[in-house]
Amino acid sequence: MLWIVHQAFPTSGEIPLKLELRGITKRFGDLVANDHIDITVEPGEVHALLGENGAGKSTLMNQLYGLLQPDEGQIVVNDEPQVFRSPRDAIASGIGMVHQHFMLVPVFTVAENIALGAEETRGGPLGWLDRRRARRDVIETSKKFGLPVDPDALIEDLPVGAQQRVEIVKALTRDVDLLILDEPTAVLTPQETDELLAVMRSLTEMGKSIVFITHKLKEVKKIADRITVVRRGKIVGTASPDTSEDELAALMVGRAVSLEVAKGPADPGRAVLQVSGLVVDDDRGIRAVDGVDLEVRAGEVLGIAGVQGNGQTELVEAVMGLREVRAGTVELDGEGLAGMSTKKILRSGVGYVPEDRSHDGVVKEFSVAENLVLDMYDREPFGNAFRLDVAKVAGNAKERVEQFDIRTQSAASAVGTLSGGNQQKVVIAREMSRPLRLFIASQPTRGVDVGSIEFIHGQIIHERDQGTAVLVVSSELDEVVGLADRIAVMYRGRILAVVSPDTPREEIGLLMAGITGGNEEKK
Amino acid sequence: MSTTTVEEPTEVAAAPEPFWTRQRRFGVALVLLGGLAAVLFGSLAPSKDARFTLTQDADGAAISINGQLGAVLFGVLAVVAGGLLVAGLLKRWSNTLLVIGIVTFVLSFLCWQVAGQFMSLEDTLSGTMDLALPLVLGALAGVLGERSGVVNVAIEGQFLMGAFAGALIGTMAGSVWAGLISAAIGGVIIAAILAVLSIRYLVDQTVVGIVLNLFALGITGFLYERLMQPDAVKYNAPPQMPTVKIPGLADIPVVGPVFFDATPLLWIALILVVVIHFGLNRTRWGLRTRAVGEHPTAADTVGIRVRGLRYLNVLLGGVVAGLGGAYFTLVATGSFTKNMTAGAGFIALAALIFGRYTPIGAFGAALFFGFAQKLAFYLSAINSPVPNQFLSMLPYLATIIAVAGLVGRVRAPAADGIPYVKS
Repeated sequence: MLWIVHQAFPTSGEIPLKLELRGITKRFGDLVANDHIDITVEPGEVHALLGENGAGKSTLMNQLYGLLQPDEGQIVVNDEPQVFRSPRDAIASGIGMVHQHFMLVPVFTVAENIALGAEETRGGPLGWLDRRRARRDVIETSKKFGLPVDPDALIEDLPVGAQQRVEIVKALTRDVDLLILDEPTAVLTPQETDELLAVMRSLTEMGKSIVFITHKLKEVKKIADRITVVRRGKIVGTASPDTSEDELAALMVGRAVSLEVAKGPADPGRAVLQVSGLVVDDDRGIRAVDGVDLEVRAGEVLGIAGVQGNGQTELVEAVMGLREVRAGTVELDGEGLAGMSTKKILRSGVGYVPEDRSHDGVVKEFSVAENLVLDMYDREPFGNAFRLDVAKVAGNAKERVEQFDIRTQSAASAVGTLSGGNQQKVVIAREMSRPLRLFIASQPTRGVDVGSIEFIHGQIIHERDQGTAVLVVSSELDEVVGLADRIAVMYRGRILAVVSPDTPREEIGLLMAGITGGNEEKK
Repeated sequence: MSTTTVEEPTEVAAAPEPFWTRQRRFGVALVLLGGLAAVLFGSLAPSKDARFTLTQDADGAAISINGQLGAVLFGVLAVVAGGLLVAGLLKRWSNTLLVIGIVTFVLSFLCWQVAGQFMSLEDTLSGTMDLALPLVLGALAGVLGERSGVVNVAIEGQFLMGAFAGALIGTMAGSVWAGLISAAIGGVIIAAILAVLSIRYLVDQTVVGIVLNLFALGITGFLYERLMQPDAVKYNAPPQMPTVKIPGLADIPVVGPVFFDATPLLWIALILVVVIHFGLNRTRWGLRTRAVGEHPTAADTVGIRVRGLRYLNVLLGGVVAGLGGAYFTLVATGSFTKNMTAGAGFIALAALIFGRYTPIGAFGAALFFGFAQKLAFYLSAINSPVPNQFLSMLPYLATIIAVAGLVGRVRAPAADGIPYVKS
């Protein structure tokens, strides 16, 4: 089905919105999350807010949307200072926001979610919902802006791309003139991203302004009219879209960085991990991995590309013994892993970086030193069944902190006080300290600053060059392409194809969207 | 002029449904139960008439069936219903088939028990309604709280406070209506403590609920012994709620005397079931309540006051549970006694879960539990060989089965029991 939108000018009654942030400052304890931020967003422009994770972008936008109140400074809409005590005030002033984690009730229909908070009622004190009007409003907005959504579908049944459209329609039905998009492309395929960029463009043509929060340089260059770069809570510069990616990256990180992963050709050896016919269910009992065959060889990196939620998580968890294998086999050098405990799998030479670092990777309240021996605390030299050799643990920590460039005040600091990138280095340092045959990394650089990304990628390649088989799962296509020697594209629980990293992006993007065809290089 | 084309995402076939669907598993259970009924009940039942009389007496209009024949016949019907479910036939009617299966199983059991005796349908229905009434109100109170995300295990405490306040104020004011209002206030007092501690101070909601139950038991017990017992006439002899007879309708056999010659509290309960059902599903308040119980952050980002709405709902729940408490002193018995609710609040909680957190479901579950209890009384009255304790434990058994997910999973609101803290 094709939706065609013919709309050129703002419909009557809509006043273009000009937004100014003047000297916005927000502190959390000692941390200055936003330090005197001044930004002006002109009507009809896409204003990109570029910065690393933790730079303070989301904090700033949450103040603009009334979820947080600034400690200092002013929000000025069309030359009038405003105070937003809640999102309701922000919406009333014409500001809408699409959050990075969608704010949709999974068991509600699309129409219910869109109506929520601004319900049409048939009048009277009862507040009887006018469901027909709610549906009609959704369909109208959806047509007007070229964003196809089915008003009667349940959110939990929709793919993320469709959920995002619902979020945008939700904001647009509230007649907002400025739309904040917080990391909107994080969950999209390249094609969906292009569609979203096209939607953004058409919205600005209708007179809406867009604040586009991201850390992805390519997208910024493609769509933004103006770029403001934020680092550690401060504005460090503004740039035009002609600025080169390297310059933008340097501005964002504060020093020159290399965006390419440096690596030589792989020298694949024997097959270390062999998965065949693997079937795994997710938490709800729905089939998540549906007959996966794959093979990772010693000395190569196999990357798994795919939009999040296509079974990658369950696949890795099944290999690690964290999730029940329904059917099929998982073999490490010919030895079956299914049914083995995770502890045993780890100790038979598998390193594992889980995707949810703060839940599964580290114990935040524990010190860096303790986190570094979580895998081996009951083994010599660190201890035995009854005792922990504190001196050895501390000695080990000192070594690892240096070797892996972990920036911490001391090895005794709680891991929770470290930045995301340094927490991840703790996990990687721990997992690489055992003699490994197989190294599995899920989303190895999620929420990690650019400087640490470089380092972590280097470590992964180093591990490969030592003859370890490496499996990398990432929803960032750039990362997979940069690291992998072979790329397996996963879609709806299946590996659609295994391709070389030289394959054109568009082709991989199509595979990520489940569209096969073209020249597949079957392993 | 800009032209944007956006393509609809391509649909991909959903994963095939597993063979052992919920319906099929139900079906197997029904076939086994029905078979058991036909063989066991059929062979045990004496070949005498089982009489189900329409009135209170043994005589008069009745539906009769040979006990042995009935036990076998209804058992076989249950097997048929189960078989249809397993075969996957009549899929549109699978819920109806399930109900038919359960009802025929119960009927088979009754034919065996009643053979050679009689069972009054009117008495059974009125007993069921009596026993179910407080459960309905308690479960509705739970629905209000839990759908907005606040776990309420303090229904028992709200019952006790309601029963106590109803008796005390009702006696002192000499008015049953003053008693009823006081009962509601009694429920609200417990609800208010629950709300403040769990919403404002983020205390674990289950722990608060248990503590409140003990608190209510303690304080009403203390006041009962120190205040009511020494001078029962002055403090513990509340007027009883009158029954109101609607002429004409009250003459309908079986149903008439139960529903149209009844206390207003029964009507209040029935009206509340309907009001809360439509309120939750069709009004702005209901939509927001459900949103707050499922995804409070999403509700907050569209300007809904999450905590305010939770306060409102917990307090409304207090009113409803307090009315349920009034049943004990103003309808069932004429005075308050220590711990007189005897765990009814927990059965109400079970009805809430068994009824899948919906008003209609909770109502049905409360009726089912009331019926089981009534049947237990009946069986002990006719000296049945089946131990009546067995039936008394049915509510709990049913709840365990429901919660354990053996009969399709009961899904609580996603944010149930999780306090909302703005990040």
